[in-house]
Amino acid sequence: MSSFAKSYVEMKKTNARIAWKKAKNMKTCYLFLLPFFVLFFTFYILPIFSSIYYSFTYYNILEPPKFIFLQNYINLILQDDVFLIAIKNTFIIAVITGPIGYMLQFVCAWFINELPKWLRAIVVIMFYSPSIAGNIYYIFSIFFRGDAYGYVNGILIDIGLINEPIFFLTNPEYMMGLIIAVLLWLSMGAGFLGFVAGLQGVDKAQYEAGYLDGVRNRWQELWYITLPNMKPMLLFGAVMAITSSFGVSAQTMALCGYPSTDYAARTIVTHLYDYGFTRFEMGYASAIATILFLAMILCNKAIQALLRRVGH
Amino acid sequence: MKTSTKPYHKKPRILRRRQPNRSRGGDIFIYIFLAVMACIMVLPLVFAINQSLKPMDELFRFPPTFFAKNPGFQNFTDLFVTMNKSTVPFSRYIFNTLFTTAVGTAGHLLIGSMAAFVLAKYDFPGNRLIFGVVVTALMFTGSILMIPNYLIMNSLGWIDSLLAIIVPAFASPMGVFLMKQFMEGLPTALIEAAKVDGATEWYVFTRIVMPNVKPAWLTMIIFSVQSLWNNPASVYIYSEEKKALVYALSQVSLGGVARTGQAAAVSVVTMIVPILLFIISESQILETMASSGIKD
Repeated sequence: MSSFAKSYVEMKKTNARIAWKKAKNMKTCYLFLLPFFVLFFTFYILPIFSSIYYSFTYYNILEPPKFIFLQNYINLILQDDVFLIAIKNTFIIAVITGPIGYMLQFVCAWFINELPKWLRAIVVIMFYSPSIAGNIYYIFSIFFRGDAYGYVNGILIDIGLINEPIFFLTNPEYMMGLIIAVLLWLSMGAGFLGFVAGLQGVDKAQYEAGYLDGVRNRWQELWYITLPNMKPMLLFGAVMAITSSFGVSAQTMALCGYPSTDYAARTIVTHLYDYGFTRFEMGYASAIATILFLAMILCNKAIQALLRRVGH
Repeated sequence: MKTSTKPYHKKPRILRRRQPNRSRGGDIFIYIFLAVMACIMVLPLVFAINQSLKPMDELFRFPPTFFAKNPGFQNFTDLFVTMNKSTVPFSRYIFNTLFTTAVGTAGHLLIGSMAAFVLAKYDFPGNRLIFGVVVTALMFTGSILMIPNYLIMNSLGWIDSLLAIIVPAFASPMGVFLMKQFMEGLPTALIEAAKVDGATEWYVFTRIVMPNVKPAWLTMIIFSVQSLWNNPASVYIYSEEKKALVYALSQVSLGGVARTGQAAAVSVVTMIVPILLFIISESQILETMASSGIKD
């Protein structure tokens, strides 16, 4: 047993030595990587760890952080009713806009792929524009304004369906539905571009071979040829979809107000923003960020596992 | 020669079935579906433009109208007047945005593509790990990083400094990811050949690799410009003379009912730049995105 352990350690040592030698030969590689790595580490990796660290402390920037272990998490889950609303809303938004937005992106890209080239270029611009148009989603607050000047209310009153305007943006009954619709409208982002480009890149010979092998309609072609070829893009699209559906806050704040009526449109990120930059309870806000981060990572892993089954 | 192998090319595009296993009904469905979707996607944008062209009395008409009856640029001139009345000259906001966008994009392009180059073309210890972390970091949006980054900026003394916007943009994982995936497609023989001739890595990078990945760096530039242009960075910046154009403009739209028209003008100004950039560079971006997949 000990000889086995010895040889194992020996092997590891040799491996490390080989790696070290390789690394020495590759000095220039590390030099090329260095500026990126330093900045990437400082602004993208370190924050994650410092966020986890601060989540165990009470920290208000002015005083040094005080270690309180799990207290933030206990307060969040047991005492913070608003956080539970935020979790519920974020969950609803993620479960609906995530998968539906994702499938919508793919279906649209798949259909667009059937169009002639010149038309495809125009349609892609039309679909992609909303997601890069800045805070243009605010326009929906004019559509759904709670007085008779709001477009939807104006039209509904004009044709006599309702007598008085509906408070779309302040009545909790309507808020979530509206937010979800707006988010779906915004969902054609980088993932969608990846799908469009990926579909173009699928080897045409495979389709011809598939036809000879008896692929009879476009659904079979989708399942047996297109999707397996698109797996890398599907993963990329999933990452993008998770990012956008978990990180929702700007849209709810712009449309339903901040804070919204009865916190009915509060999301995890809105809550985080509230504690971080309104109350400066950085420890508490970090705990919220950590929970969000874990949820996103778990979701990503689950989707990866799911996508492995595609085409089998 | 080409037409003889594909005889169905002679029919007009719409009448021809693209492939033998496509049903006519399905094709019609696709066109209808896409037409409806395209309307849904574009109508709000068209409405926003219309809204910005409406004079005040039309903005508050009952029942509301979709198209402007007497379109004019009154809102845009009003916006210009409002912006000039601010304590800080309008040009200052424009300078801030141009400066952060230009410097941030240039730095991102250089630093990001250097990293992407070695990640794509060299096999060194730690390569896989670093790229794996970059892929995971695609998910670290502003929302998760907001609090800790604020603390980091605070300890660096970069709060209320343009550096807080520019420097993190250098290391944006999206650009590196796309660039690396695109560079993977370059034939390794190209690099090997140069190295046999005694070229240094820097030479290979600047003279051989970069000229061959033009679509990728154009995409990198566009994505970087879009995100910097739309980044108000309202968390880090508070003094008026350092605010970005988008931030300053969004303050105008907070001016209440009287500024409804100007707010519409603001949204048009903010959306036009990213959309135009995309229209110009669409084919290059799509070429880059074709290699955007994440392999298991």
